Amino acid sequence: MNLPQRAGTVAVVSITRFIEAATTPLLPADYLDLFIPLRAGADLRGRIVSVTPETQDAATIEIQPGADWAGHVPGQYLRIGIDIDGIRQWRAYSLTHGPRADGRIAITVKAVPDGLVSHHLVHRASPGTLVHLEQAAGEFVLPLPGGRLLFVTAGSGITPVIGMLRNLFPVSADGVLKLPRSAAYDIVVVHVAPTRPASIFRRDLEELDRSGAIRLIARYDDEHGVLDVDDLEALVPDLAQRATFACGPAGLLEALEAHHRVRGLELQTEKFRTTFHVAGQGGTLSFAASGTTVSADGDRPILDVAEQAGVLMPSGCRMGICFGCVLPLREGIVRDLRDGAVTTATPGDGVVIQTCISAAAGDCHFDH
Amino acid sequence: MTVIQKKADNPIAHLSAQDIEELGRELDAIRQRFLAERGASDAAYIRSMIKTQRYLELGSRAVLLFSLFPPAWVVGTAGLSISKILENMEIGHNVLHGQWDWMRDPKIHSTTWEWDSASPSDQWKHAHNEVHHNYTNVIGKDNDLGYGIFRADEDQPWHPAHLGQPLWNFVNALIFEYGIAAYDLELGARLKRKQLDDPEFKANGKQVLKKIRRQAGKDYLIHPLLSGPSFFHTLGANVVANVVRNVWAHSVIMCGHFPEGVETFEKRSIEGETKGEWYVRQMLGSANISGSRLMHIMTGNLSHQIEHHLFPDLPSNRYAEIAPLVQELFEKYDLTYCARPLVPQVYSAWHKVFRLSLPNGWLDTTTPRNLPSQLVKLYKISRGGAKVRRAAQARMTQEARRIAAERGPVVVPQRRVRRDPLAA
Repeated sequence: MNLPQRAGTVAVVSITRFIEAATTPLLPADYLDLFIPLRAGADLRGRIVSVTPETQDAATIEIQPGADWAGHVPGQYLRIGIDIDGIRQWRAYSLTHGPRADGRIAITVKAVPDGLVSHHLVHRASPGTLVHLEQAAGEFVLPLPGGRLLFVTAGSGITPVIGMLRNLFPVSADGVLKLPRSAAYDIVVVHVAPTRPASIFRRDLEELDRSGAIRLIARYDDEHGVLDVDDLEALVPDLAQRATFACGPAGLLEALEAHHRVRGLELQTEKFRTTFHVAGQGGTLSFAASGTTVSADGDRPILDVAEQAGVLMPSGCRMGICFGCVLPLREGIVRDLRDGAVTTATPGDGVVIQTCISAAAGDCHFDH
Repeated sequence: MTVIQKKADNPIAHLSAQDIEELGRELDAIRQRFLAERGASDAAYIRSMIKTQRYLELGSRAVLLFSLFPPAWVVGTAGLSISKILENMEIGHNVLHGQWDWMRDPKIHSTTWEWDSASPSDQWKHAHNEVHHNYTNVIGKDNDLGYGIFRADEDQPWHPAHLGQPLWNFVNALIFEYGIAAYDLELGARLKRKQLDDPEFKANGKQVLKKIRRQAGKDYLIHPLLSGPSFFHTLGANVVANVVRNVWAHSVIMCGHFPEGVETFEKRSIEGETKGEWYVRQMLGSANISGSRLMHIMTGNLSHQIEHHLFPDLPSNRYAEIAPLVQELFEKYDLTYCARPLVPQVYSAWHKVFRLSLPNGWLDTTTPRNLPSQLVKLYKISRGGAKVRRAAQARMTQEARRIAAERGPVVVPQRRVRRDPLAA
């Protein structure tokens, strides 16, 4: 580093320190967040721009991400945190657009039965709402530079695929655009849905099919019966020459895996994060930092069990009032011993529990 | 006042063990109801409170850049004082209690929050949430009872040094944030036991000094510097804002556990204490300030000290709704709900500070007529050794009893009477 540069760095550091000294105990960012929450350097957030219904129970949510959004590859998903009934809930959804010129991103959400977040996003979310984001992630992406591909999707499993297709074949007012970079792709989509009207992105898929960009084989349970993977060879005669990408419920993916393994075919799957925690009685507690694993009853506080196992735990009043014992629960499910309320956590949710009044209601993982 | 167990008219003597457990169940049910109701409107409340406070802080500090002009000084100082009060009481105190942890917002969470006070959050949480809230008003356990420097109860033996406690209390009010920091460090006890070399104490002490450096640096150096020609005016404004906040916080907190009518408890009495008994101790060991909604917000809803002590983790904006339900239970179980407006409550607390600065019974045996001889007596007791003090104390206690007997049947003012005469 040369001298003027170093002087510049020193100046920036000093100015930052000075501003921090003026805002302590808060950070300058806490004040800036009041005015420009989407600025560079802020925690990654986004603002909902629009909510467009796709079917009766699905909608596309367009989001303007913060300045630090690092972009994504079609097929990737993002984790989004939104406050529902005052509580921040995090879920993962596929990005249903390729990178766009206006910098916005979109997810398409189908309201699943008992789905707290999906119902909220589809039916109650409104433009202007600030949401919390993580950078895009996921290995289920479009292979470069082209090839013969088969997508097998079911229900909302179409969402990462739509992201890839929209990126390859943008739709303009004049119809589907065929870009030179997309010429090297030969794509067949086998899409399964319960009925034709309930099929999200049906119009997009049909339009792409009509224009010849892809070949769509739509299978509606009420018309064609439930798809049997053994019929794939009949539906897609050149199955063996294609790389298969599948996204959908676990049952379909398992059947496909078995099917492809027997035939020695290439398959990449995307399982949606389905960490279904069912509240039971007790479970295994694992503490990553101390490397301790211990089994816990469903009626004893996690704090007691962990201490007995030799884990050095923070603690306080031991009756649920002082919050001296709170620890982040990375993943798992606990029950409040006072009122039986169940709390579940998946990684990244930032769930913090009071260990003195929480008992294991399933396996629990702590970083502590 | 005397610990509840030694009182001739123990206010909980009429409650059976069964009553107390039933009372506990009823309070649990109230807690459960508000846990179930907690939701978006509560989250919106704390967010807007935080936003308001930050705008107020920014605005006031901006105005103070021109504090050379008297109107700017007045407006800026008033705004900053209010901002600091909101930040410490309705926001800081309650966030650090974990009242808002349920929102899972890492920015409004007891484990991440740092407040605008000399005591670092972590140390305050230990001293306040774990010790004070758990051992509320238990003599020898709850350091909030006189902060380890004051005589806060008749059962604590009197010493001539206590004569100065009204003055110390006043000084403590002015510098309250530092008083709290010293108290969270258990500085007094450490000095007494000569435990200043303890590594934990040293580490905590370092943290406090660092926090004080940052806090004082902000108010007494950085912002005055930013004000340029208004340097000294801004410095003065910040001193005033801190003192206003200190005195206000001190007054509100004195009202919570110090006024006449608040009970104290013996150490032995909490061995094997049930949840119901714990609730009863919180009910009788706290006092409320009655007043308007604005008043409640400015006290951080510590004006609902009773409700806060029963349910320290419920969001503060709900205490006003909880209060009538709790009051019904006080009536049902024939207990005294100690609530007065701010001024009588502060007066009551200060009266107690004065009364306890003197030997037990001295005030009761003093009339304007015998004042000179009483003062001489006090002087002699103060100069004498422990033996002299004990003997004089015994005589004075006896005399106070005799006077009380002459006045006729003992009237127990606050016991069954719901409203204190002072409140009228």
